[in-house]
Amino acid sequence: MKVAVLKGGRSLERGVSLRSGARVEDALERLGHEVLPIDVGSDLVKRLVAERPDIAFVAMHGAGGEDGTVQELLEILGIPFTGPSAAACARCMDKVQGKDAIELAGLPTPHWFAFNQTAFREFGAADALGRLEETLGFPLVVKPSRGGSSLGVKFARSAAEVPQALVSAFSYDDRVLLERFVDGRELAVSILGDEPLPVVEAILLEGDRYDFEARYEIGRTRFDVPASLDAEEERAVTEAALGTYRGLGCTGFARIDLILAEDGPWLLEANAIPGLTDTSLLPQAAEAAGLSFEQLVERILDLALKPAAA
Amino acid sequence: MAEVPEPTHRRRSHAGTRDLERYAGLFAERTGVMRSSAMRDLMAITARPEVISLAGGLPDTSTFPPQSFAAQMTRIAQESAAKALQYGPTEGFEETKDCILEVMGAEGMLPDPDDVIVTTGGQQAIDLVCKTLIDPGDVVICEAPTYPGAIPTLCSYQADVVQVECDEDGMQVEALEQLLADLRGEGRRPKFIYSVPSFQNPAGVTMSLQRRRRLVELARAQELLVVEDNPYGLLRYGGEPMPPLYQLDGGDFVIYLGTFSKILSPGIRLGWAVAPPPVMEKIVLGKQAADLCTSTLTQYFVREYFAERRWQRYVDDLVEIYRTRRDSMVEALRTYFPAEATWTEPEGGLFIWATLPDYIDTSDLLAKALRADVAFVPGQAAYVDGRGSHSMRLNFSGVDEDEIREGVRRIGKVIAEQVELYEALTGEQRPPEPQQESAPNVVPFRKAGEA
Repeated sequence: MKVAVLKGGRSLERGVSLRSGARVEDALERLGHEVLPIDVGSDLVKRLVAERPDIAFVAMHGAGGEDGTVQELLEILGIPFTGPSAAACARCMDKVQGKDAIELAGLPTPHWFAFNQTAFREFGAADALGRLEETLGFPLVVKPSRGGSSLGVKFARSAAEVPQALVSAFSYDDRVLLERFVDGRELAVSILGDEPLPVVEAILLEGDRYDFEARYEIGRTRFDVPASLDAEEERAVTEAALGTYRGLGCTGFARIDLILAEDGPWLLEANAIPGLTDTSLLPQAAEAAGLSFEQLVERILDLALKPAAA
Repeated sequence: MAEVPEPTHRRRSHAGTRDLERYAGLFAERTGVMRSSAMRDLMAITARPEVISLAGGLPDTSTFPPQSFAAQMTRIAQESAAKALQYGPTEGFEETKDCILEVMGAEGMLPDPDDVIVTTGGQQAIDLVCKTLIDPGDVVICEAPTYPGAIPTLCSYQADVVQVECDEDGMQVEALEQLLADLRGEGRRPKFIYSVPSFQNPAGVTMSLQRRRRLVELARAQELLVVEDNPYGLLRYGGEPMPPLYQLDGGDFVIYLGTFSKILSPGIRLGWAVAPPPVMEKIVLGKQAADLCTSTLTQYFVREYFAERRWQRYVDDLVEIYRTRRDSMVEALRTYFPAEATWTEPEGGLFIWATLPDYIDTSDLLAKALRADVAFVPGQAAYVDGRGSHSMRLNFSGVDEDEIREGVRRIGKVIAEQVELYEALTGEQRPPEPQQESAPNVVPFRKAGEA
């Protein structure tokens, strides 16, 4: 099969995407496929039309590749592609849309408020901050609505820290959300087709627990696969993750991030195109389920070509 | 032109199992402190052609005359091909050392050639000094901010890096004295003090003569080693030349690091270290273990180049070019950066250090700047402890004046948006517009002790 691997692009997560793409290409070659690597740029459509791949493997993260833009083009061109549809990608990428969908599915997500810059610049939204800080309590989490990894995510421990955190978050997106901080275990559930893979737990080894950067640095965070959960916890967590996956309309695969608090799971977000590098969570979860990286890649292709068979 | 055949394997083959897990048990402990970060990933984007990068530390190699390069390489090929393609002595060729002595002589230093080792760039000189002196946990003192490229080297030898604040006169040697006293109280003795005293990377500041003297006095009195890294000493665009620490000390307690990167070419990877004989003996052994010898071919190139007796003229040309670029950047900063920003106005080197209001995190600002197709180095890269998040390093040697102006304009615009947003969020009023003709913004650093 001729497989176009879409990677890179202009997003802030270009670096991770290139690593994901390289690893996928490698696996595809060993599986005997014809690989067409594409570092996505302005010639994307031209190249796809000229090369007519049988399928596109989307290994892009962040804006452009994970938000439905590329998926929409592929839908128009009639080229099957891996991972969720354009609409589902758009919902996952935008945390506000995602949280709306999670609530609609009747699942718990930490209470939040969202603002765009105009609200602050033109409508004096700053005057409403005090009231919502009271509702959410401290610490609270400030996030860009669309953005990947830990980029721009900040904790505010007091009202005085909120403006600065907002300025940081607005560096990544025009819309940000302020979210109640839920204390608990940080879990990620990757879903392949309709099957939840073993749960991964991120355990911060050193440094400030409010330092999001640490979660993405090798050596500062340990990942336990599978997470040690009792049967009841595991059931609650995977059910919540599956509900989120369906609620957002995901197909193929996705990774659901959540917090397991004393009162049960709280859903944070879904990642439509989770990382596929050596250290990424989806491949680790697949490995724990007995799937090698090649088998994972093959399965992802199958799901894209025969969605009904999932 | 003949077609290059398609390589049969583009990349090494990955194993089927989870790679990290498989190798993790084999990694040395020191790899644990070698960190990758989201910020470093951001830097990957600065390589896009449409991005004006003020992030690099690149000299402008396009100013080197190609015909001169061609003539020298031809001469090497015709007259000394066999030797130039052979291994060389670990310490480097005597002829290369002659060139080094010429360069150091231009700044008033006269080392014994036996105290000199030719290295693969100045970076290897830093690495070899660390390899020779640092055991895990040893204290090394650096400036705050310090050369971002030294941090991974120091960390990979598991040094306990302590940073001493800089101001417009370089490292605050008074604060250093206090730190040394504190360390002594804990029974700890730093292995060395690393400093870039002239046109510091990243801050652009130069250590005053008084502080230089005091630093050398301290080193001699307490028998401490100072590692003087001086890549930019000859790139002076104004003010009076300062004696290097090495000259003031005479080479007993100062290890000197130099490079041809900024006065000739970084691509030839040629630097050097000068150290007292007992230290040099160990450095040579370390070098032998690392790579046997520095590239013979590029040493021959330097020898040929210096034989033309024009190297100083080329440095003079660079000084002219970079002075204009520095002036353009300072002018652009005055025009486009907000009143709340401050920056250094270096008398030489390649960098300006700008500091923004403390509610702006320059790592986050970089994300916004990259969308505007411009890049800089966030200040955090110059600290080991997460400080520096309100500052940025701007390079003015790598791109021409138009690009400098446009790059600074774009950064100024994204800063202005953040300032405006912060004011909307806090209801703070904008201070009055700055006076354009004076330079009120040149207050490079906070006073020591401030958060």
